[in-house]
Amino acid sequence: MTQFLIRRIFWAIFLFFVATIITYLIFWVIPADPAALAAGKAATPADVARVRHFLHLDEPIWRQYLRFVWNLVGHQSLGRSFVNRQSVNHTIGQDAPVTASLVFGGAVFWLALSIPVGILSALRPRSILDRVSMTFVLIGISAHPVWIGLLLSYFVGFQLHITPIAGYCNFFTGTVGAQCSGPVQWAYHLILPWITFMILFAALYVRLVRASVMETMAEDYVRTARAKGASQARVMIQHVLRNSLLPVVTILGMDLGLALGGAIFTESIFNLPGLGHEVINAYNNADLPMITGIVVFSTICVIVFNLMVDITYGFLDPRIRPS
Amino acid sequence: MPALEVIDLATSFQTDDGTVRAVAGVSFSVDKGRTLGVVGESGSGKSVTFLTLMGLLDPRLSQVSGSVLLHGEEMLGISQSRLRQIRGAKIGMIFQDPMTSLNPVKTIGWQLEEAALLHQDITRKEARRQAVQILKEVEIPFAEQRVRDYPHQFSGGMRQRVMIAMALINNPEILIADEPTTALDVTTQAQILRLMQRLQEEYGMAIIMITHDLGVVAEVANEVIVMYGGRIVEQANVDDLFVKPEMPYTWGLLGSLPRLATPGGRLEQIPGQPPSLLNPPPGCPFNPRCEYVMDICRVKLPDLDLSPAGVDHRFRCHLDPETRDRIWTVKKAGMVREDAA
Repeated sequence: MTQFLIRRIFWAIFLFFVATIITYLIFWVIPADPAALAAGKAATPADVARVRHFLHLDEPIWRQYLRFVWNLVGHQSLGRSFVNRQSVNHTIGQDAPVTASLVFGGAVFWLALSIPVGILSALRPRSILDRVSMTFVLIGISAHPVWIGLLLSYFVGFQLHITPIAGYCNFFTGTVGAQCSGPVQWAYHLILPWITFMILFAALYVRLVRASVMETMAEDYVRTARAKGASQARVMIQHVLRNSLLPVVTILGMDLGLALGGAIFTESIFNLPGLGHEVINAYNNADLPMITGIVVFSTICVIVFNLMVDITYGFLDPRIRPS
Repeated sequence: MPALEVIDLATSFQTDDGTVRAVAGVSFSVDKGRTLGVVGESGSGKSVTFLTLMGLLDPRLSQVSGSVLLHGEEMLGISQSRLRQIRGAKIGMIFQDPMTSLNPVKTIGWQLEEAALLHQDITRKEARRQAVQILKEVEIPFAEQRVRDYPHQFSGGMRQRVMIAMALINNPEILIADEPTTALDVTTQAQILRLMQRLQEEYGMAIIMITHDLGVVAEVANEVIVMYGGRIVEQANVDDLFVKPEMPYTWGLLGSLPRLATPGGRLEQIPGQPPSLLNPPPGCPFNPRCEYVMDICRVKLPDLDLSPAGVDHRFRCHLDPETRDRIWTVKKAGMVREDAA
């Protein structure tokens, strides 16, 4: 187990360098002038030059990169935004809960839909339910999140006034400067984004669950359980489910890790102040420290969730449990 | 009354290409304490026969007719819940591949207890006691500890012992073993067969041994049925079958047994492929591969006739008795010569 963890940590460090170096290289290649953007429209060339020196943008890219690594290792700091001099750590700390609310809430929604539907489709292949759900899957896979989000926002929010059109409320009450707060308002504002996520991901997951359950039902040990005299319900719950959820756990871990890095489209449509929203702003302003910060955060999320998948796997499957 | 009596059992499947007649009218019976060997190639219908009588086929995809009597009680067409009471309690079943026949995420103990709890009104503690007891019975060392292990911690032979234990935990009247030794190495095969024989003497259940291995049949069976193309083509007690088989397909099976005494000698093989069950040949199912085929074989299915030799020895063949005697004498001489060499 220790050996496994050590390997994982080295892997994480390696991934961290790969991801951040690539971010810096891309930034170096694209023809943007962050100093001019940061200095503002009214700035003189002399102002811009001062800003450039102040932001260390006059240094070669490798020195900027080393500075970034040094700040992170030495001061646990991801630096300050080029644009508003806010600490990147602080901004991510503010944005991450929003994205996490969206992603985890969405995951609950899409799992709650796709696991039962996937199982029922697998039990009755080619039935009405199976055909309907496969049609839905096709729509969900083909549709773009922006389109789904806009439709929901327009019809459910704007026309029917059932939910807010957009915006976010903090889960915890008493946040300074927030327009609204509390769990109820929080969930109320997130319902449409969650449903957008559900439509997108449930499509994939219904297929995944269906395929996995069907495969497991054809296993020899399922026949053994039937030969023992177990009922259909018992066979499903005790013998099929746990085995067929193994691949679902893998994919879920990867999807959650990826989505935490910023659900860009959904956050933009519903104007949620999360990481995806932030990364678009940062990109428009060529705000390198902010972009790099979010890349680092996403990388960590992906690594952590993959680690959690492996640990969950050990619980679910005794064959890969380290003894 | 026989423990199990099957009368004119037929199973067919609807597929997109047409109706597949996997089992086309099969009758046999097996008594308490006896072993019936069921021999045939892949696709001969032997496994489907027993999946049918266990009610393990999807009723939406298969049509079944005939009669299956378990101690005189009809089993075909009864409710699923009644069928579940019989499966695992009165009929135990073990399968070909012990590596995949146990649930990989549950302990051996849990799986044994499940079998006991499904059919007996007992506590989990009592079920655990029975599980340990039956594991000892199938000669698994350290049974008290090993109930906590998972299937992947057992070897293939040990897993097949666990499967046998699971099939026997409710003391069934019939044990159906579908190629139980095929996936095991030869020394383990012998151990498993000996174990099954010992348990049969102890518990007195009837065993149905489905196999394509005539060596296994010779070792354990009392009666044998040979299946081909979804039909029984020969049935006899084991001595009669090996002393005087009457049907060209059975000759082929016996001839294709490897013999240690003939170094470098070529194994005889039955030419051709098993028949398609979708478009079975008219007449005798074996006619496309039979070296003694006559015109009538391509038109008329031979009846399951009584053989003049042996007790209740039946077979399907249009050849006249003298020709059959002559061919078998020559074949047997060939085999004996090879054995003597």
